Amino acid sequence: MALLSMQNISKTFPGVKALDQVNLDVQQGEIHAVVGENGAGKSTLMKILSGVYPHGSYDGKILFGGADAKFAGISDSEREGIIIIHQELALVPQLSIAENIFLGNERARSGVIDWRETNRRTEDLLAKVGLAEAPSTLVDNIGVGKQQLVEIAKALSKDVKLLILDEPTAALQENDSRKLLDLMLELKTQGVTSIIISHKLNEVRYVADTVTVIRDGMTVSRLDAKAGLSEDAIVRDMVGRDMTHRFPEHRRSPGKILLEVENWNVWHPEHTGRQVIRNASFNVRSGEVVGIAGLMGSGRTELAMSIFGRSYGRNISGSVKLNDNEIDVSTVDRAINAGISYVTEDRKSLGLVLEESIRFNTTLANLDDVSSGSVLKKNEETRIAERFRQALAIRTPSVFQKTMNLSGGNQQKVVLAKWLFTEPEVLILDEPTRGIDVGAKYEIYTIINDLADQGKGVVMISSEMPELLGMCDRIYVMNEGALVGELNAADASQERIMSLIVNE
Amino acid sequence: MDLAQSDTNPAPQAKTKSIGQYLSSHLRQYGLLFALIAVMAFFQIVTDGTLLRAVNVTNLLLQNSYIIIMALGMLIVIVSGNIDLSVGSVMGFIGALAAVMIVNMDVSVPLTIIVCLVVGGLIGAAQGYWVAYWKIPSFIVTLAGMLVFRGLSLWLLEGQSVGPFPKEFQILATGFVPDIFPVSWGDSLAGMLEMRRVKHVNMLALFTGVAAAAMIVWIGLRQRAQNRLYGIEDEPKVFFIARNVIVAAALIFVMYKLSLFRGLPNVLITMGVLTIIYAFITESTTVGRRIYALGGNEKAAKLSGIKTERLTFLAFTNMGVLAAAAGLVFAARLNTATPKAGFALELDVIAAVFIGGASMSGGVGTIIGAVVGAFLMGVLNNGMSIMGIGIDYQQMIKGLVLLAAVIFDVYNKNKQG
Repeated sequence: MALLSMQNISKTFPGVKALDQVNLDVQQGEIHAVVGENGAGKSTLMKILSGVYPHGSYDGKILFGGADAKFAGISDSEREGIIIIHQELALVPQLSIAENIFLGNERARSGVIDWRETNRRTEDLLAKVGLAEAPSTLVDNIGVGKQQLVEIAKALSKDVKLLILDEPTAALQENDSRKLLDLMLELKTQGVTSIIISHKLNEVRYVADTVTVIRDGMTVSRLDAKAGLSEDAIVRDMVGRDMTHRFPEHRRSPGKILLEVENWNVWHPEHTGRQVIRNASFNVRSGEVVGIAGLMGSGRTELAMSIFGRSYGRNISGSVKLNDNEIDVSTVDRAINAGISYVTEDRKSLGLVLEESIRFNTTLANLDDVSSGSVLKKNEETRIAERFRQALAIRTPSVFQKTMNLSGGNQQKVVLAKWLFTEPEVLILDEPTRGIDVGAKYEIYTIINDLADQGKGVVMISSEMPELLGMCDRIYVMNEGALVGELNAADASQERIMSLIVNE
Repeated sequence: MDLAQSDTNPAPQAKTKSIGQYLSSHLRQYGLLFALIAVMAFFQIVTDGTLLRAVNVTNLLLQNSYIIIMALGMLIVIVSGNIDLSVGSVMGFIGALAAVMIVNMDVSVPLTIIVCLVVGGLIGAAQGYWVAYWKIPSFIVTLAGMLVFRGLSLWLLEGQSVGPFPKEFQILATGFVPDIFPVSWGDSLAGMLEMRRVKHVNMLALFTGVAAAAMIVWIGLRQRAQNRLYGIEDEPKVFFIARNVIVAAALIFVMYKLSLFRGLPNVLITMGVLTIIYAFITESTTVGRRIYALGGNEKAAKLSGIKTERLTFLAFTNMGVLAAAAGLVFAARLNTATPKAGFALELDVIAAVFIGGASMSGGVGTIIGAVVGAFLMGVLNNGMSIMGIGIDYQQMIKGLVLLAAVIFDVYNKNKQG
């Protein structure tokens, strides 16, 4: 029986047709995956389903549990048992797990909270989602993976009929992701129907019973897992073209050692006495792409940021050599001048000034090269931004577009342009393809290969192991702040990387 | 949602939008200009032409000069993502300091001016130090500063008014630039125009007005040609012409009015020069660019090698110097320093900046906007006073105007969102 049937849904924004006759049928008790590139219309579809875009603002029909559903807002859909868990978690960090779970739905008698009941029910829910934390623990003190479980517990507290997870594993590590997916399968046996929106096709293959592919606001295909799901087939439907190679074909010939970091030690900025990076030593050759693998929290970002102008940590010690000369990386502008660039993992909050244009962001880290005597040469800036727009294929009508209006992949290209304009010798890329679609990923990979061809050294931090395996010449494995292993491309595999992490 | 952006054939040339589309996406800038014109027209009518009389136009400029001078600094502080609540008190304190030095201690005027500006800078630096390097919220630091400097001026003046100032100090605010053109020219122009009340037209003011208007049009044309060259989105021709005609005509009109009274006030020159300098700094220098980046996204700015602490520190130091300058002008205008000088003036300054389109969260706002915002408030004050509206209603109306301006901003932003 179909629990949900969205029929011929169309939605138009001024000037853009976001959805065009989309159909989505979800059977009772199944896990249904909705996949598509960024901007394909998945989020819009879910916003219509959850009532964010109210009935009347779209065309088409929604049947939920056989009845016509006309939601005027989120509270309507929640009352029917449709719960959506967004990519950005909606928890209050300063409140406890129990308080968060029952936020807006408090166990209370005439406004006075019944803590015993609240805690008892929280314990039940936490057991259900397999989270071993006390109900009174503050959400701030648990990791993102566990926060996700709290969100699910919150959904379960509301007697959920249809659980929607929007990119639930985007911020999670392999093992946390796996736990979450297993929980989805577990909930399925208890009769909970879910929709998962994801970019990660291996996960889709792991959990989904049915896959609906959306492209450019239209339903492209509906695939049944019983017939076997092939990732290549899904990718083909998503991008509308054959992507036999997810990574650009490439042959590299690394030269001499360019960057050498030795005995790097970093302590936590607040918790004194806690060492975050332990005696890390690594090197990058010119023309080489070096990966750093590891679980989240293993210290990869901290390693990169502490090298880049001591942007993280305290009591930093160790040496950084570029072309055999020790360089000063004690502040960000010294690191930049020395020839090091760091492309952050969080382009929105750490990479871009979203209110400003592509031009503004492109030249921001190297204003000296577009000014004389501190007066900006704006025409020169425009020329440079335009050059990068063409070289990196940033899709935008003009370089005066605010970066806030760009898609994730194009934003990432602007961040790359900013750092390429500083003309670095070594680029450190932290999760360079997080949250961007398959087509844009391929383009980013091509740019990385071009950089290596120009003789630059590239350090690539990534949580997606296939990406590291597909792109890197060498991979360092990091665990608990130490580099625990080094693998050549030829010897590396997901299993070997995991075993290095586990056997440490 | 990103369908518009994922268009696969990028057009290098910006498409010329229809006039309606252009207007709706730039409603804010034009809205402010229209609001100023509308408010002026309204008061011109209801005050039977008193608003735009030569004396009153001169007064309007003098009355608002210190607000505008401080709004320049406040715009930078607000763009950097902070706020300064102490400027009214600092202004009063510097006025008191000047009075005590000149009147009580017989220090020379030039030396007093220098000392006052330096002290203003030090006050700004002291507050900026805590904000920039200790990360103490600027609201709290400057709230403390507001109380401290209000108290200090009371202490310095021992609760009394101190004055009057010597002539050479008064000219800071009340002096006029002497006409460099032969007197006969102005006289004969007055004769030609067959004016009854005016015997002399100040030719310098008139020429300055014409020259400034020509300059603005020339810069506009040059910018437009460059935009064409680089494919930047163009203002529709109608708008460009209309805007330039209005601005140029208004400028010449104001200068003409001034020329009928006593010519160019010294303060106007100070104000004009400072406005041009600060507009240039914010729009065309690396420091200005970095301040916008700091306010727009501090973490991203920091990771781009920008010394964010130093910039914040400089923004407050600069604010202190400008508050001191405003304090000198204010004291010179009143010809006395009182313990109440500058009371609650910080609110007018902050309101002007927000009416001018700056964002509370930082990173957004322009010098020109802040200046026009200050004038809008000034015209409201002046017009309502002429009409004899009580201070009670004046406060309410000003409050509602501020709220309306910000609501308009947010509404616009959501619509574009």
